[in-house]
Amino acid sequence: MKKEVAIIGVGQSSFVRGYEGSIRELAFEAFREAMQDAGLTQKEVDASIFCSAPEYDKQRSPAGVLAEYLGLIPQPTLYVETVCSSSSTGIRVAYGMIKSGLHDVVVVLGFQKMSEITSAESQERMGRGADIQWEAPFGTMMPAYYALYAQAYMAKHGLTHDDLMNVRIKSSTYGVINDRAVYRKPVKPEDFKQGDPEAKMAGPVAWPLRVGDCCANADGSSCIILANAEKAKAFSKKPVWVIGIGAASEAVNMAARPDFTKGLSVGYAAAAQAYKMAGVTAKEVKVAEVHDCFTIAEIMAYEGLGFASTGEGKQLIREKATYKEGRIPVNVDGGLLSKGHPIGATGGSQIRTIVLQLRGEAGAMQVAGEPDIGLVHNIGGVGLYGNVTILGRD
Amino acid sequence: MGFEKFGRKSFTAITKTAKFVDFLTEGKIKGTVCKDCRAKYFPPRADCAKCFSKNMDWFDMPERGKLETFTTAYYAPLGFEADPPYTMGVVDFGDGLKLFARLSKILKPEEVKVGMAVTVQPIKYDDGQISFEILKA
Ligand SMILES: [Zn+2]
Repeated sequence: MKKEVAIIGVGQSSFVRGYEGSIRELAFEAFREAMQDAGLTQKEVDASIFCSAPEYDKQRSPAGVLAEYLGLIPQPTLYVETVCSSSSTGIRVAYGMIKSGLHDVVVVLGFQKMSEITSAESQERMGRGADIQWEAPFGTMMPAYYALYAQAYMAKHGLTHDDLMNVRIKSSTYGVINDRAVYRKPVKPEDFKQGDPEAKMAGPVAWPLRVGDCCANADGSSCIILANAEKAKAFSKKPVWVIGIGAASEAVNMAARPDFTKGLSVGYAAAAQAYKMAGVTAKEVKVAEVHDCFTIAEIMAYEGLGFASTGEGKQLIREKATYKEGRIPVNVDGGLLSKGHPIGATGGSQIRTIVLQLRGEAGAMQVAGEPDIGLVHNIGGVGLYGNVTILGRD
Repeated sequence: MGFEKFGRKSFTAITKTAKFVDFLTEGKIKGTVCKDCRAKYFPPRADCAKCFSKNMDWFDMPERGKLETFTTAYYAPLGFEADPPYTMGVVDFGDGLKLFARLSKILKPEEVKVGMAVTVQPIKYDDGQISFEILKA
């Protein structure tokens, strides 16, 4: 196992609707928890990286503003963006800074305050995360893009609406027990009953995707502190090592996508890189976080990560293999669907969940058998960016 | 004509491929082809990423393709509120040429199937915006 770059501190705010505070105060919540977790003071931090999707931010160039509020000046700071995978990309940049010897300890802080704009505005802005010249003029939005994948995939592979519903039900099982999640209610099959006005998950958003197939917008922040091996040993009793890191990009326009029945190419590409670097296979992963911005995305992620072969992801949900007690537990913190998806904070929150799992500190969500290898899959846009990070412990 | 005329609502005013809109008003849907290496592009590009040439020509898109996938939107982003429900899809013409657009409102939902034969035509909206849409072949 590569022991060159470690995670020595993790933190996350509660994911909520309508955070009662500014982005500085939101960022501080995750930062405070991560710094106290690592037992650090600001003078031991060499640099900071801030991550968000800028279209939601009123503040221009937030890195300097937030670095000051967190007490991280005069150290270098910068801003990183890959939409929904911004904080995974921040971790990739921090990895490079540490591995190169430039810095010893780097703070990666992801944040998003989505609630200052309406849901329609939010969809328009997310739509502009796709191709504004050739696609946005048709009235595209995120659910519609993922629905294009769902339609072709369901037609070819026999994936059903009930399979998608069961992904949502699984996520809600863990949203209920995660006190940081935005959606904490259980979801039942009745909630998806077509034609029933009481069924709150059933209404079409972008068919074949329904309300219950879409993740919850949220405000939130996450903070991950990375260090080199020497500092990790000095500061941390339970360092978690970044053993594999993969990233890829894909054409923005749907007209340039090779095959809608095979999921997101970036998921496959980033996973292959991360597995190769870590020297592990899909079978060795004991717990995973995948980018379930929509239910279909979780099924496609199973396949990109090699937990199932292409077209067979449905079997994992039918056999409950991705529940906490299953063969490969996935999103046992509620995932984006129930925990919530504050764009820039999401990747760091996924990393935090896996770090807590590997340390044995995940509480009610803890996977049995003392997991030693965990994986995070974080997608930006409609598979425009893909990031896979593999973590291991001593 | 500027590119602001393209689609239900354009987010781009100036592009070297704005002539695409002039062709649309003449009833033609065109992509670009590199004069140096013959690479074809849709949506059109002003620069060839394969050989770095800026020597591009226009070509007529094929008339028939297959509907590769589609979705019907029941909610719309800001600026499109009057439109739902509307259906959008990807047409595969073969040879690596694909196109993304809305499906014509005259298509009944039960008629639309993955794999169906389709064609693409320019459409002019009442407010003067111009676009192209997918129809049954
Ligand atoms: Zn060329």
